[in-house]
Amino acid sequence: MTRATVAIVDYGSGNLRSAAKAFERAIHEAGLDLNVEVTDNPDTVAAAERIVLPGVGAFADCMRGLTALPGMIGTLEQAVMKEAKPFLGICVGMQLLASVGREHGDHNGLGWIAGEVVPIQPADPSLKIPHMGWNTLALDRADHQLLDGLENGDHVYFVHSYQFKPEAAHHVLAHTDYGGTVAALIGRDNIAGTQFHPEKSQQAGLQFIHNFLTWRP
Amino acid sequence: MLKTRIIPCLDVDDGRVVKGVNFVDLVDAGDPVAQARIYDEAGADELCFLDITASSDNRETIFDVVAKTADECFMPLTVGGGVRTLDDIRKLLLAGADKVSIMTAAVKNPDFVREAAEKFGSQCIVVAVDAKSVSGNVGAGDERFEVFTHGGRTPTGIDAVQYAEQVTACGAGEILLTSMDRDGTKKGFNIPLTRAISDAVSVPVVASGGVGNLDHLVEGVTEGHASAVLAASIFHFGEHTIREAKEHMKQAGIPVRLD
Repeated sequence: MTRATVAIVDYGSGNLRSAAKAFERAIHEAGLDLNVEVTDNPDTVAAAERIVLPGVGAFADCMRGLTALPGMIGTLEQAVMKEAKPFLGICVGMQLLASVGREHGDHNGLGWIAGEVVPIQPADPSLKIPHMGWNTLALDRADHQLLDGLENGDHVYFVHSYQFKPEAAHHVLAHTDYGGTVAALIGRDNIAGTQFHPEKSQQAGLQFIHNFLTWRP
Repeated sequence: MLKTRIIPCLDVDDGRVVKGVNFVDLVDAGDPVAQARIYDEAGADELCFLDITASSDNRETIFDVVAKTADECFMPLTVGGGVRTLDDIRKLLLAGADKVSIMTAAVKNPDFVREAAEKFGSQCIVVAVDAKSVSGNVGAGDERFEVFTHGGRTPTGIDAVQYAEQVTACGAGEILLTSMDRDGTKKGFNIPLTRAISDAVSVPVVASGGVGNLDHLVEGVTEGHASAVLAASIFHFGEHTIREAKEHMKQAGIPVRLD
């Protein structure tokens, strides 16, 4: 029997090497029996135990890239929505969970968590866009397994100009503040997404990745 | 609250660090991964590699450096130096760079910034602006700032503030601003230049060039309005640690990440 796999979906959106290496490090440090595969093959995604959807760049470009992989969206819907496999979106991969993205026009997302992706509009106009750098987490659901070992005030790395606004406030598991509230971690059932980059967030990021890898939603 | 970033910069030549940490018992001071690990563990907020490889034959070496570093250090990594084509950017991003800094190619053709931002996203396109004060009285409000290339030797006639606005409009996600008239002087940033550009653009500005002590880092933020500060020698030679720099900035009321 082969080892269980974490599939990192490769749809041409930027560098997946860092993400793969960070997941491998977290697996190694915790002695987990998991294999990481960066893949554009729906069969590999279908066979995986857990699925990660990264993403950088513009919403529509990412959605287009994902759609361009034959069978991938259908496979993801089967695995995540029907079979309830643990799923993590990162950055634009998280934003794609929304019903609609409003970057360069309106574009449909996967619609797995109702909400929209809109420009960050800080109350203080002197705040720079992109929101770039280390910002603090405020835990809305401190008891959530994905937030084990993380505390209010822990720093994680953000770089984005748009933010996910879920319709239901309880889908925000942690947020940060940048001239207003910005969702940092969203989730419902077996689906989660981070606006921050856990693979670039040093120890706090590795802790979060560990939590995802051991998550039993 | 978003923290002000402190970014150490390492010079890389033919795949080896030539200007880097020089104070610890490093078995191999030229090993980029060992250098990166030191700054990762020291709490640097990002890391910057400047590729100064002169020979075009050896330009491939930087990709290996980036890949090896990104495999071990889970922190943001910016790479610049000799980036001229979309293919250069693509290779650096695939090797594991998070941001790529463009300088001369953007001066020659600002549309290159637009192409790069459209292809890879603004979040990973940094435009490096090397500038000097060229006229007016420093601090009197009538200075003019000009973009220079070739390590500050070649004037371009381009107004630095207008240029920063232009490349931002083209999609640059960050400006790496080097005070070329201060670089290597240890006299601190050119503050009027730094402030003029930080106030003119909507994207974050990283201040660089001339840092000789920790007060200079503070000035870059409080007076220069920079979002981040980059320094090389004060960290490499053990004059100050990243931690000391952050403590000093915190005492000056600047939010920093100390965990």
